Amino acid sequence: MDDLIQEFIAETRETLEALSGEIVAWEAHPEDRARLDAIFRFVHTVKGSCGFLDLPRLGRLSHAAEDVLAQVREGGRAPDRPLVNAVLAVVDRIGELVEAIDSGTSLPDHGDELLIAALAEGAEEIAQATLPGLQRAPARSVRLGVDLLDRMMSGMSDMVLARNELARRLRGGDIDPTIEAALERLSLTVGEMRDTVTRTRMQKIDALFSALPRMVRDTAAGLNKSVLLHIEGSDVELDREMIEMMRDPLVHIIRNSIDHGIEAPAERRAAGKRESGRLTVSARQSGNQIIIEIADDGRGIDTGKLIQKLVANGRDEARLRALSERGKLDLVFEPGLSSKDEVSEVSGRGVGMDIVRASIEQIGGRVDLDSQPGKGLRLAIHVPLTLSIISAIVVGVGNQRFAISRQAIEEIVTERSEAIRLDVLGGTPIATVRDRRMPLIDLSALLGIARQDKREGQMLAIVSVGEGSYALAVDTVLDNEELVIKPASPAVMTTGVYAGQTLPDSGLPMLMLDCAGMANVAGLDFNRSAHRDYEEEVVVEEAPGLPALMFCDLDGVRRAVPLAAVDRVEQVEGHSVRFAAGRFRVTIDGRILPLAAQGEIEGRDRLNVLRLKDGANEVSYAIDEALDIILLPEDIVPAREPGPIAGVALIDGEQVELLDILWVFDEHADRDADEVAPLCLIAGDKDGWMASFVRPLLETAGYRVVTQLPPGETPAVVLSADAAPAELAATAPVVRLRSRRAASGAGDDSVYRYDRAGLLSALEARMAGKGR
Amino acid sequence: MAHLYLIAQLAGRAVAIDSDQVESVVDIGEVTQVPLASQHVRGLAALRSRVVTVVDTHSALGLASSEQARRAVITHVEGHHYALLVDALDDVAPFELLPLGGGVTLDTAWQRAGRGIVERDGEPILAIDLAELVPGYSATLN
Repeated sequence: MDDLIQEFIAETRETLEALSGEIVAWEAHPEDRARLDAIFRFVHTVKGSCGFLDLPRLGRLSHAAEDVLAQVREGGRAPDRPLVNAVLAVVDRIGELVEAIDSGTSLPDHGDELLIAALAEGAEEIAQATLPGLQRAPARSVRLGVDLLDRMMSGMSDMVLARNELARRLRGGDIDPTIEAALERLSLTVGEMRDTVTRTRMQKIDALFSALPRMVRDTAAGLNKSVLLHIEGSDVELDREMIEMMRDPLVHIIRNSIDHGIEAPAERRAAGKRESGRLTVSARQSGNQIIIEIADDGRGIDTGKLIQKLVANGRDEARLRALSERGKLDLVFEPGLSSKDEVSEVSGRGVGMDIVRASIEQIGGRVDLDSQPGKGLRLAIHVPLTLSIISAIVVGVGNQRFAISRQAIEEIVTERSEAIRLDVLGGTPIATVRDRRMPLIDLSALLGIARQDKREGQMLAIVSVGEGSYALAVDTVLDNEELVIKPASPAVMTTGVYAGQTLPDSGLPMLMLDCAGMANVAGLDFNRSAHRDYEEEVVVEEAPGLPALMFCDLDGVRRAVPLAAVDRVEQVEGHSVRFAAGRFRVTIDGRILPLAAQGEIEGRDRLNVLRLKDGANEVSYAIDEALDIILLPEDIVPAREPGPIAGVALIDGEQVELLDILWVFDEHADRDADEVAPLCLIAGDKDGWMASFVRPLLETAGYRVVTQLPPGETPAVVLSADAAPAELAATAPVVRLRSRRAASGAGDDSVYRYDRAGLLSALEARMAGKGR
Repeated sequence: MAHLYLIAQLAGRAVAIDSDQVESVVDIGEVTQVPLASQHVRGLAALRSRVVTVVDTHSALGLASSEQARRAVITHVEGHHYALLVDALDDVAPFELLPLGGGVTLDTAWQRAGRGIVERDGEPILAIDLAELVPGYSATLN
């Protein structure tokens, strides 16, 4: 919201500056139509923004001025001197108010009514009174054209090239160390500048998402619906221009979702859903694309109704009925269609999904629909990354280099590794990587490039393309670079194997490979084999041994951890590790994770960190370096005591300790009171004894404790001082506490209230009993 | 009406190029090959911070490829920049575009690109449309 106000202030300020000349001119020639129109447009714009931004004072002023100017435009009133003065006074006041909003000061509002009254026909001429004590806040932002940014960007690239050229020439002869140092400094500055300039074009998608909560609220309120909005992935970065292009389609889709998708509360209740609809908007990067997903839990698309509507518009019914389900869904994109019976105020504005799709396709994107009648609609907008910066791996084939998006690469292995097998099935080459069989594409053969030398030792990049994976054989893997990928010319794109072009620091253009496109051109068909793959995998699971990652720990010992528990291995800077709140923690991706380690963490510039995940929890574990992926033998000698080591296994004749994942999670995972924790209701606690003494004990044991049952929830267990109310006893097991030490008889299953261990085990036993 | 034309040598002949189509004239440095692309695409070259698609004009005109051509005319077609290789550049001067004249039929390769003639000291020079030589844009070049 603040962003919007800032934008409004900047815009109004700018228009006012431009308008000041017009105002003076209009004052001199009140009959000048063009000047009048300019001023009218200004107050009209201000009025429009005020309604949206909830600025009633500005709204009232601009509305009054707009009315009067409209009368003048229609010839109803003559622009006489008092009127001109009154309008100018209002325009001035608008400027003052905008400055006041910006600097956060308040402006006495007694003058407003006078100004508005002065606009009336026959009113007294007013004296221009500017209010004293107004300070203009220094502007902290400037508005720039994307053109200028583009020029800056290309100037920057030129600078990088010039630097490279200079470095190349200096390298030729003997150079003075001082010159070398100067060049070094230049390189550093140029590098930093380049990052900064590049970033000016990028913007977090948050810029697009931040206005959504308000819009969803207003739209839903206007329709008497209630909608819960959930936003994910706001920090995905996109090119500024792209964000602007996405704005209208996104707004339209969300409005449609609320208007047509999500049902009225009564209807939702009848369908057994929560009264408030759920709307999830998320952004993520996947390979060469950014995917923005809008999902609601509304009624989905009624294809039957769509067809009726189109038939009513004069389409051939039999042909529409004969379409596949997917084809029927795609009818939503037909022009001139509103899937709702009455056109509503919100989305019935003559802008259909056809326009939305066209504008997304214009920026090289596409829209996917997934509708589940009665359950909801999921709409995914895929837009290319081609304008954005992406992290890429540079590979070499023959004497050429290509970039591959890092997102698409699962791993890179060398052909010589023992875990790799290359075979030819019929005429088709395949690769077997650790018992996983996949098609093999030789990049040099695909592109018709002669390999530089025929020696063994190609590298295999395992590439994942959504439906499946394949191995891509390349000569060398060179580098890891952040590249600005731009669309290549049609003559290049028609080959189907390139995703775009880029100009890396070398100054020589480079092509980015389109992994899905290469699979297409090579004729790989993943759909056909999907089923068989699954069967194969089942067989693989029976193979002896569990895959594990072997690593060298901080204390120098070789250890292994089951691969399934490792989400990924990451390198972090030493300074992102802190001893905070009683333990070591590391900052990764803007989150704080507990950091476990065996050995000295501090005093390192960089750390390798294993990110371990068990579904809900995530713990990081600092290591020295990852070594290899191995298969754990069946025989593991268990450790003598419970601790970080589960046991030791013999791998290639060497004893390797096995990290105890359970212990690591138990010891290090942050405990948070989320909804997974069982709910314990304290009932009949008249004196507050249980709430004050038992509650802390229960909470450390991982229960959520309430004394009043929140609506819509059932307790997992009820703790009560005396017999629990019957309606509770029916829904949940009850544990009773007694204040006397001795049980009152054989049938008494209550627990003495100071018996901590007894209480916890009783709670657990009752809950388990209910589960059965 | 006189208009500014660039007179260049292309495949041994003089041609006139409308200066509105010409963004600049450069010498092309190292070219990155584009495997699998049309034979008319020589590759990609860096022109300051821009990447341009280098077009082998000889090949696009259906002639034998000119390996050593380095000089190129930069043009902008549908949002992309192209460098069209030429043999040499002669002159920039205002000329009047005249129709080809009755009965004159160009041979196939030139026919597509030819737009008329300009007259330099009595010598007729074929005026061409550069966009027609760009593969992927021109319908007949792929």
